[in-house]
Amino acid sequence: MEVLTVNDLWVKYYTISGIVSAVSGVSFKLRKSEMLAIVGESGSGKSTLGLALLNMVPKPGRIERGEVILDGVNILKSSPREIMKIRGSRISMVFQDPFTTLDPLRKIVDQFEEFLIEHGVDKTRARSIIKEYLEAVGLPERVMYSYPHQLSGGQKQRVSIAMAIALNPQVVVADEPTTALDVIVQKQIMDLVDSIKEKYKSSIVLITHDLALALERADTVMVMYGGNIMEYAGKTELYGNMKHPYTRGLFEALPRILQKTLPKSLPGNPPDLRYPPPGCVFHPRCEFAMEKCKSEKPPLIEVSKDHIVACHLYG
Amino acid sequence: MMRAQSIFTILKNKYISTGLIIVLVFVFMAILADIISPYSPVDPAGPPLQPPSRDYFMGTDNLGRDVFSRIVYGSRIMLMIVAIAVAMSGAIGTMLGLISGYLGGLLDRVLSFIMDSIYAFPSLILAISLSVALGASPINAAIAIAVVYVPTYFRMVRGQVLSIKNETYIEMAKALGLPSIRIVLKHILPHVTRTLMVVFSMNSADAILTEAALSFMGLTVQPPTPDWGFDLYKGRGFILLGYWWIMLFPGLSITLLAVGFALISEGVSTLITARKR
Amino acid sequence: MSTIVELLDVVMDFETSSLGRKQKVRAVDRVSLRINKGEIYGLVGESGSGKSTLGRVSLRLYKPVKGKVIFENKDITYLPERVIRPLRREMQLIPQDPYGAINPAQTIGEALIEPLQVHFNTSKEEAFNRACRALEEVGLIPPEDFMDRRPMELSGGQLQRAVIARAMILRPKYIVADEPTSNLDASIRTSVIKLLLDFREKYDQSILFITHDIALLSLIANRIGVMYLAQLVEEGSVEQVIKEPLHPYTKALLSAIPLISSQIGLEKVYLKGEIGDPANPPRGCRLHPRCPLVLEECKSREPPLIEVGNGRSVKCWLYYK
Repeated sequence: MEVLTVNDLWVKYYTISGIVSAVSGVSFKLRKSEMLAIVGESGSGKSTLGLALLNMVPKPGRIERGEVILDGVNILKSSPREIMKIRGSRISMVFQDPFTTLDPLRKIVDQFEEFLIEHGVDKTRARSIIKEYLEAVGLPERVMYSYPHQLSGGQKQRVSIAMAIALNPQVVVADEPTTALDVIVQKQIMDLVDSIKEKYKSSIVLITHDLALALERADTVMVMYGGNIMEYAGKTELYGNMKHPYTRGLFEALPRILQKTLPKSLPGNPPDLRYPPPGCVFHPRCEFAMEKCKSEKPPLIEVSKDHIVACHLYG
Repeated sequence: MMRAQSIFTILKNKYISTGLIIVLVFVFMAILADIISPYSPVDPAGPPLQPPSRDYFMGTDNLGRDVFSRIVYGSRIMLMIVAIAVAMSGAIGTMLGLISGYLGGLLDRVLSFIMDSIYAFPSLILAISLSVALGASPINAAIAIAVVYVPTYFRMVRGQVLSIKNETYIEMAKALGLPSIRIVLKHILPHVTRTLMVVFSMNSADAILTEAALSFMGLTVQPPTPDWGFDLYKGRGFILLGYWWIMLFPGLSITLLAVGFALISEGVSTLITARKR
Repeated sequence: MSTIVELLDVVMDFETSSLGRKQKVRAVDRVSLRINKGEIYGLVGESGSGKSTLGRVSLRLYKPVKGKVIFENKDITYLPERVIRPLRREMQLIPQDPYGAINPAQTIGEALIEPLQVHFNTSKEEAFNRACRALEEVGLIPPEDFMDRRPMELSGGQLQRAVIARAMILRPKYIVADEPTSNLDASIRTSVIKLLLDFREKYDQSILFITHDIALLSLIANRIGVMYLAQLVEEGSVEQVIKEPLHPYTKALLSAIPLISSQIGLEKVYLKGEIGDPANPPRGCRLHPRCPLVLEECKSREPPLIEVGNGRSVKCWLYYK
């Protein structure tokens, strides 16, 4: 059963120095209690896509076209008022930097309570929800009465997660939730996300630059490059059967422990999305690029069940 | 930063262009005083206490001197004192701020203490007492004003140095073994200049008012040298008798010049914040 | 084996003030370290472990509160900056964030020429030519295209190359690379690492490589030191430390790497909580509040750094005999 369907989504930024095509025709479906990892490097459009899922692309960005259907409702067509209600209660977001997402001058309980009351929860009930969810993310009750600066990075990220799941949304979008944290804390937070997924049956969109993290944690992995989907498949399928040259390049760039050879690196630099390359956006860095790749944008090809690749090699 | 294109964007800012026009008018007035002024500023040009007319554009004072000519020549003394004062306080304050901020330690604490003490003192009272102590003369007035404003530059520059000092490129410069003087002058000072421009023009506006106050009290030039502040003082006795022009025009000139500098400062600071975004 | 840099019982304090209250933070606490000529020494730890500070102490960018910094058999701990300055061309820093590393008001060319002129009084023309060659060496080709550009006009990968070119232009013998690739995308990371390794080969350099990425270290380092809350807790050759980690903290670091931890059959250790406040480190062993293998004495007495043979040492009561 799908909780979220994205159809042909296009997002552009109208900057002074040119129009940036951040997301170009992305479609996917997210099932109940599925964790989808969107993997990409800087400039891949993954964060913009994440924001578009909540219809909160900042100016000068604009969602040009497409649908984001949450529970049968296209939230790109909803009024600002409805959107405010949907955000936080039916789809919510956890941001990368736990150091800036919380108001430094107010106690956790006050911020949390305000958020709940905005969404129509009454005060006594709000208190019990706060207690319940802080406990669910593994924080002691005294954290309620702390100020953000009294908490560590990991604790703050736990608070953000508690707020994101408190109204039991169908979808939680987590944009690089562990990038600002150290490996050991990253593991703790990802374990928490896993347990939340199990316990509350939420669907999670994990946006990350780390293919290893995606392959370890997600159910489904979507690889993006230059605003386009390159490859989309279930974790095990992808791990055993990587198709797209970019996905393989990313995978080969991961350091293998104790091998005395360095991982490979992709030649070249990410594309300037004001002037995206014609044809396949990846062709200037692709070792298998053919004439066709320079002129024709590859369609999404289903190479096996639920394994989609955008590459002429498989056409 | 100083490319032709950026000069154009600077001039396109309405605050800056208006302010610059005002200031430049006075600067030309000072330079070309001999040509512009119709009469001598110190000798009687006609009958005393004439209201503004075709012959006496701003009227004459109680000694029959042409008020307009006195304004024109008065701009010289005003601009000279302000320029010297601002240049001195700017140079000294910036230098001390750079040294104090970059080196830190005991020197920094001592300098900061001295500067804070000066800053805490009411600026006008300090300027007056210093002028009195040094004796009434244009140069001494400029020195007095300079001393009063040194902390303004010092505090701003020191604060900026403290934050720039933590930039990686400063650490890299040290790691490359560049001498401290070079680091301060080539890698820190250029990043302070923008803010320095704001303080510079704002400070000029302040200095004009302070200079006017010192002149008002007779602490700059000796009569009969034309001087806006002193003429303002002289004119105050006549205003109740209806001879308003003797006081009005020097007062207007002081205000206008100060507003000119304030506009430039405002414009520069909006430009800087706009560029930061 | 001869030594290029030696740190002896180094202690480094910083004063921080939050809300007007001054606090002394001990960023490095009695750490001794030896870097041999020609080796890559990997220093690994989380943020707040003091690894970057230790790297800077080894370059004498910070003057330690206690201990000694010895560079090429010369004690440089208390030398004044004036005397150290000529030595600086022998040692260099490569920082994490390339965008901060070059003065934004300078062009790449100016940034490269500057150290040459300061140290060798090189003529303008000669310096320009050498700067061009330096850019070629790091793969920024044609160099003329990059000389007049400002840092902001380069991509992260290009800029980090330019920063490396600048650091290498004086032909240093000792390099401190402080997370040189962690701000870069995965696909270009390796090429930057490779560049560093090529330089090392060509100019016979020794590198202190600071990172939180123990998997990366396993590929390039000869020896590894693990830091936790200002102290060195384990040291040994790279094979030993990774195949057979001794300290619970090292085990936890290896267990936490996604995907990789399952590739090597090592014992998994999970730590509770987070690295503590360096201003108030726990009594006894600094890891004890988080350690699953905690013993009674860990809570009260700090373990010594125990030599366990083969040049390995570990700061943990479990190995005390």
